[in-house]
Amino acid sequence: MKKVQGTVVIKADSCKGCAFCVEFCPTGALHLSDSYNAKGYRIPELIDETKCTGCGLCGLFCPDFAIHGFIIKKVA
Amino acid sequence: MKAEKNAVLTGAHFIDGDHAACEGAIAAGCKFVAGYPITPSTEVIERIALRFPLVGGVFIQMEDEIASSIAIQGAVWAGKKAMTVTSGPGFSLMMEHIGYAAITETPCVFINVQRSGPSTGLPTLPAQADMMQARWGSHGDYEVIAIVPNSPQECFDLTIRAFNLAEEYRVPVLVMMDECVGHMTEKVVIPEADQIDIVERKFTKKPPGEYKMFETNESMVPEMIKVGDGYRMHLTGLTHDERGYPAMSPKVQQKMLRRLVDKILLNEEKIRHIEEDEVEGADIVVISYGITSRVVLPAIKKAREDGLKVGHIRLLTVWPFPEAYIRDLAKRVSAFVVPELNLGQIVHEVERCAAGHAVTRLVPHAGGAVHEPVDIYDAIKGVLEHA
Amino acid sequence: MHEQQTATAEVPEVKNPVESLLRMDRMPHIWCPGCGIGTTVNCFARALEQSKVDLDKTAIVSGIGCTGRVAGYLNLDSFHTTHGRAIPFATGLKLANPDLKIVVYSGDGDLFAIGGNHFIHAARRNVDMTVICVNNLIYGMTGGQVAPTTPVTAKGTTYPYGSYDPPFNLPFLADSSGAVYVARWTVYHVHHVTKAIKEAILHRGFSFVEIISPCPTLYSRRNRLGDGLDQMKFYQENSEIRHGANTKDVDIDFQKKIIVGKFVERERKTYRQLMNEHLTSVFGEQYTKYEG
Repeated sequence: MKKVQGTVVIKADSCKGCAFCVEFCPTGALHLSDSYNAKGYRIPELIDETKCTGCGLCGLFCPDFAIHGFIIKKVA
Repeated sequence: MKAEKNAVLTGAHFIDGDHAACEGAIAAGCKFVAGYPITPSTEVIERIALRFPLVGGVFIQMEDEIASSIAIQGAVWAGKKAMTVTSGPGFSLMMEHIGYAAITETPCVFINVQRSGPSTGLPTLPAQADMMQARWGSHGDYEVIAIVPNSPQECFDLTIRAFNLAEEYRVPVLVMMDECVGHMTEKVVIPEADQIDIVERKFTKKPPGEYKMFETNESMVPEMIKVGDGYRMHLTGLTHDERGYPAMSPKVQQKMLRRLVDKILLNEEKIRHIEEDEVEGADIVVISYGITSRVVLPAIKKAREDGLKVGHIRLLTVWPFPEAYIRDLAKRVSAFVVPELNLGQIVHEVERCAAGHAVTRLVPHAGGAVHEPVDIYDAIKGVLEHA
Repeated sequence: MHEQQTATAEVPEVKNPVESLLRMDRMPHIWCPGCGIGTTVNCFARALEQSKVDLDKTAIVSGIGCTGRVAGYLNLDSFHTTHGRAIPFATGLKLANPDLKIVVYSGDGDLFAIGGNHFIHAARRNVDMTVICVNNLIYGMTGGQVAPTTPVTAKGTTYPYGSYDPPFNLPFLADSSGAVYVARWTVYHVHHVTKAIKEAILHRGFSFVEIISPCPTLYSRRNRLGDGLDQMKFYQENSEIRHGANTKDVDIDFQKKIIVGKFVERERKTYRQLMNEHLTSVFGEQYTKYEG
C-alpha cells in the first residue's frame, strides 16, 4: 500500500525527450506524451498521479534538469 | 605598499642573475612558484626551493612546463602572486598558457633565461632568439609585457618591476633574461624592504551580485577577486562577456580583444623603459637590449673616438615596443644599428618604425656566444657608407 | 501550454534541488539529448549538499570538451581551463589556498590523453582533490574521434574501421598511481554515483570517480548502439557491482560486462601534510608555513 502521494514538475522547454525519467520511474507513473515542445522533443507526463511516490528519481536521472518529483502528502 | 621585511635579503651580495631574479621575486611578494628543471634557468627555482620555507612560500616541481605554467595561474586565483621559470624548450611548452593568462587577465610572471635554439640547441649557451616568440608565441591576438635585464642587479630590480606591472595591468609579464645574464655573477645590492615599492592586487570592494568579472572603467583593467570569497566566479579561456560567461559572437570578441590589446598599447608610454646615451644630436643610434647592450659599449666608444656621432638606446622593456618613440627618433637620425643574438627579430620592429626615415642595419649573431665588439663597430662604421 | 506543468494544480511549486547549484542564466546547456553528463551533475549537486561542504569554499575546475563545460554551468567558483590542464591548475589552486575544496570535473579525453601525465603525478603526490571523470569512451566535442578509453573494435572517426588502439583501464591507472579513493559507476547508477562523489569529496587526498556515460550522438550512433536510453539499459543489464575488485580486472571491452563499485579506499598523507611535516622537522620554528 502506497504511503505517500507525490507529483512531478516538468519544464517542458528544457526537455530533450531522452525518456530516462519514463524508463527508470520505479512505479511506472510517467510516459512520453503525444505533446512536443518548441524544439520538437516529445515530453513526458504523469500518466497516473496516484502511482507517483515523489521519490525524485526522475529528477536525479534527468540530464536536462527538466523534471523533478517530490512528496505532496502522506496517504493513510 | 612596501616589500615584506622578512622576505628581503637586504645587503650587498655577489650572486648570479638567476639567483638575483629569485630574490627579486621574493621581494616582490611572490608566494608560489611552479617550475621544471631546465638549463640555464634551473638556479632560479633551486634558490626558490631553498628560500621559500623561510618566507612562507610554496614551491612545487611540476611534471613539466605545461603544468608549471598553469599551476601558477591556479595559485593566482587563490589570491597569491606567482611565477614560473624556464628556458627555450620549456618556454615553447608554456605558450598556450601565456595565451590563457592573457585572455583571463591573470597577473603572473614568466622568466625565460634564453638559450640558443631551435629545439634543444645549445642548452648552456646564450641567445636572444625568443624575443618574437615572447610577443607572438601563443595563438591569436594579444599583448604582453616583456622586460630584459642586462645584469644580475637588473635581474633583481626588473623582476620586481615584472610583478608590479603584472598586477597593474593584469597581464602575463615575461622576464627575458639570457644565459649570460643568468649565469653572470656580480654585485647585487638589495635595498631595505621599505625602499622597495610593491603593487598590490586590486581586489574589488563590490559585493557578490554587484561585481562583474570583466567590467572596466577608463583604466581598462578589471578589478580582481579570489576564490573562496563567495563571488562564485567563472573564468574561461573562451571569448567571454563582462560576466565572464562564454559568448560566441564576433561582437563580444571584438570588444574583449580590443580591450586586452588597448590596455597595454595605449599605456605603452607609461610602461616604456628605455635608457638613452648621447642620443640627442646623434647620426647613428645603436639599439640594444639584454647582454648585447653591454657588448656594444666598446664598439660605441671606439666609433665615438673615430669622430662619429653615435648614440645608444637600451630597451629594458621590449614589449610593448616603444613604437612612438622610435618613429619620432627615426626622423632625427640617419641610421639605426641593431645587434641581437639572433638572426633578426627586434630589428624588424625598428625597421618598421623607422619607416624609411633612417637606415636600419642588423648585426646578427646565431647565438652560443656574444658578439665580437668589432663586428658591431664595423656595422656602425659602415652603416652610412652602404646606405 | 507546457511552461510548467504539475499534475496537481494546487501543489505549491518546489524547486528542482539541482537549480541552487546551477547558473540558471546559462540554461539550457549544450549537451545532446540522451547525454549522461547532465545526470552526473544532478548526482554531484546532491553529493555536495549531503557532504555539507561550504559551497563558497568549493571550486570546480574543468578542462576542455563536453564535460569540460560543467564548470561553466555550476554556481561555484568555477574554472574552464585549457585542454588537459585542469589538474595542474587545481594543484596550484589547492596549494595556494588549502582551505578550498577542489573538484576537477572533466572528460576521459581531456583527463587521460592530453592530461594523462598530470593525472598520474597529482595522484602520486596525493594532492587533496577529487577528480570526477565522465567517461563516454569517445571525443564528443570534436566529433567522435577515439579516446584512450575507446574499447578495441569500437569505431571513431579517426579509427573508422574500428579501434585497435589499446585503451586505459582508468581505475587501475588511478590505483597504481596512488589515488586514495577509486570508484567506477555508470550514469545508470545515480544513487551510487551520488554516494561515491560524496565519499570522494570527504576523503582526504586524491580521490577519483569514473562515471561511464552515454554519448548517443557520437559513440552510440556510430557504433549502432541505439540512443542514450539504449545505453542506459545496457548499463542496467550489464553492470556487475564488485566492491573491492582488483583494479587490474576491471578493463572495459566493447559492449561487454562493466565492473562497477568502490575499488580503493585507503589513507595516505597528502602532499601538503608531507610538505609541512618534513619542513617542520628540518626547520623547526623557523619554518614559515604558507598561509592560505
